[in-house]
Amino acid sequence: MLCLLVATAIALIAVRGLLASIMLTSVYGLLSASFFVTMDAVDVAFTEAAVGAGVSPLLLLLTVAIVGRREAASNARRLVVPLLLVTVTGALLIIGTLDMPSFGSPDAPAQTHVAPRYLQQSGDEIGIPNVVTSVLASYRAYDTLGEVLVIFTAGVAVLLALAPAGQGGSARAEPPAPEHLAPHTILQVVSKLLIPFMLLFAFYVQFHGEYGPGGGFQAGVIFASGIILYGLLYGLPTVCRVIPPPVVEVLAAVGALIYGLTGVLSLLAGKNFLDYSALAADPVTGQHIGIIAIELGVGIAVAAVIITIYYAFAGRLHTRED
Amino acid sequence: MLSQLPLLPVLLPLLGAPACALLRRPLAAWVFSCAVSVLALAAAIALLAATWQQGVLSYALGGWAAPWGIEYRIDLLNALVLLLVSAMGAAVLLGARASVWREIPEHKRTLFFVAYLLCLAGLLGIAATGDAFNLFVFLEISSLATYALVATGRDRRALVAAYNYLVMGTIGATFILIGIGFVYMLTGTLNMADLAQRLPAVGQSRTAFAAYAFIVVGVCLKLALFPLHLWLPGAYTRAPSIVTVFLAATATKVALYVLIRFSFTVFQVEYSILALPLETVFVVLGVVAVFAGSLVAVFEPDLKRGLAYSSVAQVGYMVIGVGLGTVAGLQASLIHLFNHAIMKGTLFMALAAVVLRLGGSTYAQMQGVGRSMPITTACLLLGGLSLIGVPGTAGFISKWYLVTAAADREQWLLVLLILAGSLLTAVYIWRLVETAYLAPRQSPASIAPRALEAPAGLLAVLVVLALANIYFGLDTRLPVQTAGGAANGLLAAVLP
Amino acid sequence: MDVFSYFNYWVVVVLMMLGFFIVIARGNLVKKLIGLNIFQTSVFILYISAGKVMGGAAPILADGVELYSNPLPHVLILTAIVVGIATTSVGLALVVRIHAAYGTVEEADILEQDATC
Repeated sequence: MLCLLVATAIALIAVRGLLASIMLTSVYGLLSASFFVTMDAVDVAFTEAAVGAGVSPLLLLLTVAIVGRREAASNARRLVVPLLLVTVTGALLIIGTLDMPSFGSPDAPAQTHVAPRYLQQSGDEIGIPNVVTSVLASYRAYDTLGEVLVIFTAGVAVLLALAPAGQGGSARAEPPAPEHLAPHTILQVVSKLLIPFMLLFAFYVQFHGEYGPGGGFQAGVIFASGIILYGLLYGLPTVCRVIPPPVVEVLAAVGALIYGLTGVLSLLAGKNFLDYSALAADPVTGQHIGIIAIELGVGIAVAAVIITIYYAFAGRLHTRED
Repeated sequence: MLSQLPLLPVLLPLLGAPACALLRRPLAAWVFSCAVSVLALAAAIALLAATWQQGVLSYALGGWAAPWGIEYRIDLLNALVLLLVSAMGAAVLLGARASVWREIPEHKRTLFFVAYLLCLAGLLGIAATGDAFNLFVFLEISSLATYALVATGRDRRALVAAYNYLVMGTIGATFILIGIGFVYMLTGTLNMADLAQRLPAVGQSRTAFAAYAFIVVGVCLKLALFPLHLWLPGAYTRAPSIVTVFLAATATKVALYVLIRFSFTVFQVEYSILALPLETVFVVLGVVAVFAGSLVAVFEPDLKRGLAYSSVAQVGYMVIGVGLGTVAGLQASLIHLFNHAIMKGTLFMALAAVVLRLGGSTYAQMQGVGRSMPITTACLLLGGLSLIGVPGTAGFISKWYLVTAAADREQWLLVLLILAGSLLTAVYIWRLVETAYLAPRQSPASIAPRALEAPAGLLAVLVVLALANIYFGLDTRLPVQTAGGAANGLLAAVLP
Repeated sequence: MDVFSYFNYWVVVVLMMLGFFIVIARGNLVKKLIGLNIFQTSVFILYISAGKVMGGAAPILADGVELYSNPLPHVLILTAIVVGIATTSVGLALVVRIHAAYGTVEEADILEQDATC
């Protein structure tokens, strides 16, 4: 598995031309997701598959559709400094690995300090089987709030960069419906059947995250993918009519606020920020309520931001084609 | 509410940002952002007072005790940085209206303020957290917001500057992530106080060495320490004026805080000052930064760009203080951190006014500006004098403590070099005086018809900032005592 | 045995450096971001490897399972993946704007244009 990853990365250096690079990036994402499964990191694998092999190549493709797929030959003289830098950094990293606890050892400090509490007590303290969700949504919920704000920031940043003038900040583009999509009838029919299931699956992932791999982030990505698929096949104007950009932008902020205000509720109840035990008489029930609420916030914010980013890029593509 | 105090300076802008995005009118967004940042400042002031009275404050996020949960841990150092960042954040925002309305197109203004609040929240979050990974998350919030803000500059070169900053900043952040991963593998914890307890046992390992090296390189990229400063001049020069004021007054300061926090609290003595030639590395790089930055600033035809290079030089002074590795050196570094924020805040704010009225900040454009914009120019000059370190200004206090700290270590060459650096600063500030007051108005046509004083809102903030340079040059209690307390706290565990 | 236990980490180091190399050696702005992506993903692999316990199960509590892999690195990397895609999307948005302003996404051409004006 790791060797395949190395091969992909080397191919990425060798290959010139952006389309091939994007395909390789996607392969790299999928391979690392598979590697994560062998490392027992199922939640991470799920996310990496959705992001590394899904959203990220999609955005790259949209970009390349706008800026062109050609890549100029690099200057051989410019290779010396990078090679030197990479060698020094790599050597330092190798030195760093020499005193590391050996791979997979159950006695490594990372396995004996802090983490055991999550494994042994989260069952009683939080009451849900997926320990990753417990840590993510409760023990380290503040990191996750930060993560939502990161993705929200990305949405704001993309809009700031790409928003066309005179649309009140929205990445709206409303050219006439393009005719050239007609040959895709089969795809359109198939996807019409597929998309409802994707959206349904998104909801399943959203609310199943406590028991199995999944949660708000993955659900948001899947939901957004369904909408984007619709947009790719039926054209941006159609999908913009179904889900107008300003609504999505408001939802992005609302998602982040749902998360934040859940924390503020605990504050108002006299407990610390994001201490969900304040949300119900029974602490474990409180944890449940809190986790469902913040996962909902995550799902809404992530889906809305990804759709917003897609609108912004696709809008650029449209204005270019005209 | 008092027990929630450590959280409030960060939480207000953090949740204020998405709330601000719901506002549709830019003016409302500006008023709202001002209110949020002023409240955050009030919380930071109360927090500093509480830290003086009660010592270290700890706040368990989610109610989970550290190291299982994330902790905010506020000592004098955190409180000082929080106060500084929130004060500059609020001041810049209060004076921002005219400049933003001039430089940012209408449909982007609301989002501009949202990004500003996010950047502020990110920086404050870095300064407040006691958890290494949480620091990375907030670093990314502030960085992404910064890239977006820089890219809103009117010149297309702003886009390239923002892109370069994004690539270098992300490399820096990824290096920090690698370093944090290494220490996690060694100790099993992410909480800084817990790390400080557990690292000494494994402190001599090569993994700890590599971890520290990666964190330092990553932070120095953010700090723009020579030779990792390449992103800074472009970003500062091309960003909208208000963004430059804000970044110059806060972003590098927070990066310096991170460097100090990791060097002295987390890694302590083993891999910081005493065991490695890092002392020499920091001092040498600092001195080189001072001279390289100042020399470029002397010959630079655009004052805004010149001052950006001057920031590279000033970071050099702060790092010299860190490299001295004594309480006095650290104290000097922290005092300069505080004072430099005020100086550069004044200087870039004055330039925002100049750009607003004259359309640019080259020396050629600024000929005779002392007559058309007397108050702005006076403030600019005052900031400049403070930058040189003229007695009676805040800059003098910085230099005084730095020189004393170097003299304590009997590093006389260093003392000379620091003073020589000040002379270089005097050269480019003199050039400003010449341009502003002595040069005749070359071609009145090139200056806007009857260039006027800056608008009242901007001018008021500018005057307050300029007077702060004098105030902190005379009444030095706040920065000196807080920095002294913080430096003592940092080194108490290390020095015998 | 000793060498084998580090093999995983060394491969990860190679992956990181391949990504890092693409970032600093390539002049195409899109390709740089791809390299950044690879670099970051490789760091994720480092973290996840650090959380693996030989013979452990995925950290979803089940009856009769005693040994689990460490959930904490998983949580951290979930966050880091989000940070990564956020950075990529902002970077790509800037690339689109740069292309609109300069007509190229090659670093050398951009520098040339800036130098001449």
